[in-house]
Amino acid sequence: MIVLLTNIMLSVIVTSTPLLLAATGELVVEKAGVLNLGVEGMMLVGAICGFAVALKTGSPTIGVLGGMIGGALFSLLFSVLALSFLAAQVPAGLVLTIFGSGLSALIGAAYVGISIERLPHLAIPGLSDIPIIGPILFGEDILVYISFVAVVGVSLVLRYTHVGLVLRAVGDSADAGHALGYDVIGIRYLATLFGGAMAGLAGAYMSLAYNTSWSENMTAGRGWIALALVVFSTWRPFWLIAGAYLFGSIMYMSFFLQGFGIAIPSQFVSALPYIATVVVLVIISSNKARIRMSAPACLGKPFHATS
Amino acid sequence: MLTIIVTGLLFLMFGKPLLQSLDVFLIQPLTNDNGLAELGVKAAPLILIGVGIALASRANIWNIGAEGQYIVGAICGGGLALAMPNTPALVLYPMMLVAGVLGGMAYGGIVALLRVQFNANEILTSLMLNYVAQLLLIYLVSGPWRDPKGFGFPQTAIFSPNAAAPVLVEGTRLHLGVVFALVVAVIGWLVLSHTILGFQLRVQGSAPRAARFAGFSDKKLVWLAMLVSGGLAGLAGLFEVSGPIGQLTTTISPGYGYTAIIVAFLGRLHPLGVVLAGLLLALSYLGGESAQIELALPSAVTGIFQGVLLFFLLACDALILYRIRGADVGRFAGLKARFVSPKVAPL
Repeated sequence: MIVLLTNIMLSVIVTSTPLLLAATGELVVEKAGVLNLGVEGMMLVGAICGFAVALKTGSPTIGVLGGMIGGALFSLLFSVLALSFLAAQVPAGLVLTIFGSGLSALIGAAYVGISIERLPHLAIPGLSDIPIIGPILFGEDILVYISFVAVVGVSLVLRYTHVGLVLRAVGDSADAGHALGYDVIGIRYLATLFGGAMAGLAGAYMSLAYNTSWSENMTAGRGWIALALVVFSTWRPFWLIAGAYLFGSIMYMSFFLQGFGIAIPSQFVSALPYIATVVVLVIISSNKARIRMSAPACLGKPFHATS
Repeated sequence: MLTIIVTGLLFLMFGKPLLQSLDVFLIQPLTNDNGLAELGVKAAPLILIGVGIALASRANIWNIGAEGQYIVGAICGGGLALAMPNTPALVLYPMMLVAGVLGGMAYGGIVALLRVQFNANEILTSLMLNYVAQLLLIYLVSGPWRDPKGFGFPQTAIFSPNAAAPVLVEGTRLHLGVVFALVVAVIGWLVLSHTILGFQLRVQGSAPRAARFAGFSDKKLVWLAMLVSGGLAGLAGLFEVSGPIGQLTTTISPGYGYTAIIVAFLGRLHPLGVVLAGLLLALSYLGGESAQIELALPSAVTGIFQGVLLFFLLACDALILYRIRGADVGRFAGLKARFVSPKVAPL
């Protein structure tokens, strides 16, 4: 029983981490007033870059870095379109997703069916051996800890630092930020880059820890769920943890139920996370005032310095 | 042009000769036997869905769920075909058409309902429903609707001849859907440019405040946009399964619902532009297939081509706009420099 419970907890954590990573990145992007719908594409590119680098270097840890860089570079494509060329952000984000799934499939064609070593778990002698708490608290892989550190870091930076203030100013009133002499476009570039790196990390986690192999469109909508999570959190970092773990649990539950051979067609169970996303979106969004109050005021609006 | 160059470079990166690849990708599909008919067959669903998406996008309503609406349309129409295979074609096929449209409309209607009643973002809800529809399709064709004589493959029985889309030209796969696509594009254009409704859609998209002041009901427009684009996607799905495919399988769409988004934008959200864009992207599907066969490239080449195309489209769009605006700013900045005292910060 204890072993089973521990295993369930561990699996939920592994399922939730990519959601949390990607959503944290996107939260920062949206706080800067940019709506990047390309999370799914950046995750896929991160996944294949991470996998390829890990395979070439033999080190999953370096692979993670590769995924991060891949995702960040790929997000530049969006930035160029939406920030420099002032294209509408919604189609620019869609380009990123469509292009990303094509590009990753093309690069990844050579890597299908190869399996590699998983991202190592932390092993602290003594601590990691404690039953239940040991493996859960001290025996995770590094990205699980990074995902939590990122949430706390993002929260602190946004709330207490000058950088965070500027970022929020740019997202809430790009004109005011510009008038104060801040480089709106530059700040948005950096925010988007951060979002890309986090999505890349999330993707690398998918191909190096969640699975240890690459398959086409392996993120299966997780990038979009991460976008929904940001709405769910009403743009507050700590709520992302609740959201990511809620969805991680639902996703894991669908595998779990299938494993038990419960007499529901597996497709219905697999559809659960997507339906849950819709339901949660409906519940959160139905309070219009709250969404309006908490969403960055300039979200999705292109900015062009006219003087 | 830029797209062709970049795609060509991508081919080079994968170690294929440049010109031969482009030839295989873009030209050979058209010179093949009945290549043009195949182009029409591939373009029909793209145009049908693309027109719907273009109309909705004009009103700033983003229907990313066409893939799901396409699948549900195919399921509804296809289910009818399976349920009564012996009904005469003249009765059965129109009923299937209606079922396909209604299915797509209902599925798009869910998104409209959630947006209008609960303020839920239609991009995210419509996208999530795509996955749900795909899973529903897999469930049906591998469970209750599976062909008992299909050797266990996840597919339904082949539709009876009564349920097949009428073929226009003997010996090709050119079916009725192609005509529908063209008609729909023309109707879409007329509605958009010559009716109050089209005007309302356009105002809603370009100046939502003005639309509100003018008393246009944005709820009504959301409903309209989602029902129309959903219905058209459902129709496209029905034509595809009753025409080229002839049965329900797990892979009834090679991503038409997503490609149609590119088609809509490439066609400048103009129904007639959508026709041209639909033809171009249909070519990319054909090219992708022949590249797969002749050059042993993965089918993802199609996706790459489409992505690059949309990327350059958006970039060039912006460049065109930017240059105009840039010139204006330059002129006024020049005036200011001359006439305004430099101490006044230009805001």
